[in-house]
Amino acid sequence: MSKRKAVYASKIRRATHMLFYRRHKKPGVKGWELRKGLGADYPKVLKILDNYLKALDLQVETVFEEEKTVEKPTLEELDKARFYVTLRGELTPKETKMIGWRIDDLAGLAIAISYIISKKGKASRKEVEELLRDKLPGWKVGLNIDRYIRYGYLTQDDNEQLYLDWRTRAEVDQKALVDLLLSK
Amino acid sequence: MQSKRQRIKLGKEKLQRIIEMCKSVEDRSLDPFLIDVDEIISTVKEYFPEWEIPEDLCLDAETIHRLASVIRLQSEWVKNRSTSLYTDPFLLEEKLARIEKEDIVETFLKAWHPIVELEQISLHSLAEATRYWESLLPLKERWKEFPPAEIETSLATREELIRQRILRDKAFSEELENFWQELKDEVKEKGEDGKIQYWDFVGAETYEETVHRAFMTSFLLTYGYATLEIYPLEEEIFVKPYEKPVTKIGKKQLVSIPIAVSSEDWMKWKKGELR
Repeated sequence: MSKRKAVYASKIRRATHMLFYRRHKKPGVKGWELRKGLGADYPKVLKILDNYLKALDLQVETVFEEEKTVEKPTLEELDKARFYVTLRGELTPKETKMIGWRIDDLAGLAIAISYIISKKGKASRKEVEELLRDKLPGWKVGLNIDRYIRYGYLTQDDNEQLYLDWRTRAEVDQKALVDLLLSK
Repeated sequence: MQSKRQRIKLGKEKLQRIIEMCKSVEDRSLDPFLIDVDEIISTVKEYFPEWEIPEDLCLDAETIHRLASVIRLQSEWVKNRSTSLYTDPFLLEEKLARIEKEDIVETFLKAWHPIVELEQISLHSLAEATRYWESLLPLKERWKEFPPAEIETSLATREELIRQRILRDKAFSEELENFWQELKDEVKEKGEDGKIQYWDFVGAETYEETVHRAFMTSFLLTYGYATLEIYPLEEEIFVKPYEKPVTKIGKKQLVSIPIAVSSEDWMKWKKGELR
């Protein structure tokens, strides 16, 4: 193995450790942390790692600050972005049960997220609760919304307005979700 | 046929109405397409030749400025509607109400890519933790109770109390009497009409000493060894010693007179700028 290859192999191992193992309260690693741990060429290291992960149906996901979708990010934008390893493909309904999600809870999450997207990213908790009450038992609605907030899918302000939070930005392809729902 | 004056008046009214309309679209987030831009531009054009004085031209400029803001809002509206993420909330609400929850989940799973994260311990961290455990002292050694230090009790000497500033080397009354005598001597030497300027008496070589003298003077005044004469217009304060201490309590209402003895004042006094 050439010296260059050996260096990159070692950097990929380090990147895997940093990305897979939770280092903070929230999962994921900030760009500047990766730069510190892997060197200035960390975007290249992540690209190679992403290629490796393809075979395992995983991917390196980049979430830029302020929900931006950046075509050609600058180094500064990358430093401020957060990187995660997410599933590349899809889970089957059976698999969701294995990772601790009941079908009702997941359907509630899907409805809450898509409704907030349709309301330009902000909807009152009351409205979302009403929508969920249509298909979920009343006692469960509030508990579920609190759970979505706790997991980081939604966030709520003092005026009981719900917004999408960091986990939705990292895990959900919002455009695909809305398109799929409308095509149903 | 309208006179020129009437036309100007009418034009001004029209522009003001346009400004108000644009403002309400901006402030109340109304649909910006409620404004007919072409019609407004033709109105502005129609009345432009009438404007002569700067106020009218400002009104014209304000109208254009407001119209530009509405055009910006129209452009944002179009941009938002044309983005792929724009969805009519009513349409989506309808869809969500109609779709079965199994369908919703199936749809969501196509757009959901959950984060992969591990919280298990690794061999490396296990080895690290073992090393730490081995070097960790038992609790009974780390949290040893320290016996309270034995304190011997004995009588304190007067010198020790003075050293600790609990007692002064002179009794306070004795010190006060001496200070009163000093005041009387100073008045005889430097004073006029049996009194001396306040700062000439309390002022000393160092600021600390000056503060101490001001402190002692306040006791001379409180205990009736001396009195203050204050001339507000001249901004002069005099200290006047009594020949014998006077008991004021019960005869007159006592008043407190605050006198600031700041280091700036002391500096001024040293330079001869303060009396």
